[in-house]
Amino acid sequence: MKVAAKTANEAMAEAMRQINPDVVAAYPITPSTEIVQIFSQFVADGLVDTEFVPVESEHSAASACTAAAAAGARVMTATASQGLALMNEVLFVTAGLRLPMVICEIARTLSAPINIHCDHSDTMDQRDTGWMQFYAEDSQEAYDLVIQAVKITEEAFLPAMVSADAFILSHSLQRIEMLDDKDVQNFIGEHKTPFSILDTDKPITVGPLDLQDYYFEHKRSEAQAMRDAGKVIEKVFSDFGKKFGRKYNLIEEYKMKDAKRAIVLMGSTAGTAKEVVDTLRADGEKVGLVKVFAFRPWPTEEVNQALKNAEYIGVMDRAEGMSGFGAPLFTEIRSSLYDENKNPDIYGYVYGLGGRDTTPGDIKKVFDDLKKVENGKKLDRNNYLGVRE
Amino acid sequence: MAKKKEGWKELPIGAIIVEPGSSRKFKTGDWREGKKPVVDKDKCTNCLFCWISCPDSAIIVKDGEMKGFNLDYCKGCGICFTQCPVNAIEMVDEEKE
Repeated sequence: MKVAAKTANEAMAEAMRQINPDVVAAYPITPSTEIVQIFSQFVADGLVDTEFVPVESEHSAASACTAAAAAGARVMTATASQGLALMNEVLFVTAGLRLPMVICEIARTLSAPINIHCDHSDTMDQRDTGWMQFYAEDSQEAYDLVIQAVKITEEAFLPAMVSADAFILSHSLQRIEMLDDKDVQNFIGEHKTPFSILDTDKPITVGPLDLQDYYFEHKRSEAQAMRDAGKVIEKVFSDFGKKFGRKYNLIEEYKMKDAKRAIVLMGSTAGTAKEVVDTLRADGEKVGLVKVFAFRPWPTEEVNQALKNAEYIGVMDRAEGMSGFGAPLFTEIRSSLYDENKNPDIYGYVYGLGGRDTTPGDIKKVFDDLKKVENGKKLDRNNYLGVRE
Repeated sequence: MAKKKEGWKELPIGAIIVEPGSSRKFKTGDWREGKKPVVDKDKCTNCLFCWISCPDSAIIVKDGEMKGFNLDYCKGCGICFTQCPVNAIEMVDEEKE
């Protein structure tokens, strides 16, 4: 183990070096460019055995990685924003073919208007692709989640993206604890694949036409893989925790035990929210935070368990969703809790679009709003935090 | 009767096909809608234009002689009918055998 100062970009590039994937095909895009830039230096310096393919677009990056995964290779890439959007078509293919693959993703908003800063509209755009999604709070989590994601995708037969917030994490230097190279290799183990298009002794067809009589069954099977993935993730998280002392869960509960008012969110804003929870707790207020690590598969049981005593919940979404109703995390939380006997009052807050700073004051406003509701004041179901009226 | 198709739990993951050459089992002849080809062997010169033009390899040829159509795979596209230089092939309604 060694302690180092790493941005999330550097941390994820180091994780890729230690994973030593068979194939990396990538195309640069702000703010994830550095991940591949650093990794390509590792390739040039002979520190990895990776076949590095500098392709002409993200569509090609995803295609080359998917094809290599079908040939039994351990594959990774990195992208952000428009790059992820350009991969969209292929992401359905990777998941539909049930191939393992990991994307180091930097969460950046989508055009228009053009903007290079943080929000989660790029990953939310990909939520129905059949890819698992993990959201990191800091460099350490980005590093740890990438390593664990490799094992998770290979055991769940579904691809995964690990997302770290643009600039806030991708370009901020933080203290991380890095594992030894050999520990990473031992943890992820050798990549075993049940089939490969290059195995001439066991010839297979990948990606055949699948019409009315079979397509539905294959999608049903893929859906089951996502339903079962939670168990795979918990097992890998548990192994990692036992070996290295950093135990992850599908969600993180922060001071939730007796919390009457709670905020739910994902990504780097959790750090700010914890600070606000501490401050309010010091004043005797029963507030808490639920940070969702895994947005796909959606951890219904864990979320409901964490929120079982909360009466007023503010769900903070760093993506609009453009549903004309509620943003993606809000609708998931509200839908999850619908089957519970308790009926908490849930409000949505869209925040931080296009990299707008989210301050402790903004988080406190959500807790204050929830308190006002508790005291009988009416609040809009869906709100915008930090936007000028 | 066709055999009962597999349920989702029984199929290989990712829609892969694990058996080589299995497309032979996919009898595309039932895509034919209404018309099928028939040959008048009195006119046929065995030039095999039909055989080389057929996109489904559904022309039966034995010892260099055109013997008819494999209707398990013929989709009824009529390319053989248009290519035959001596008008020996006709497309007829399936009902009127």
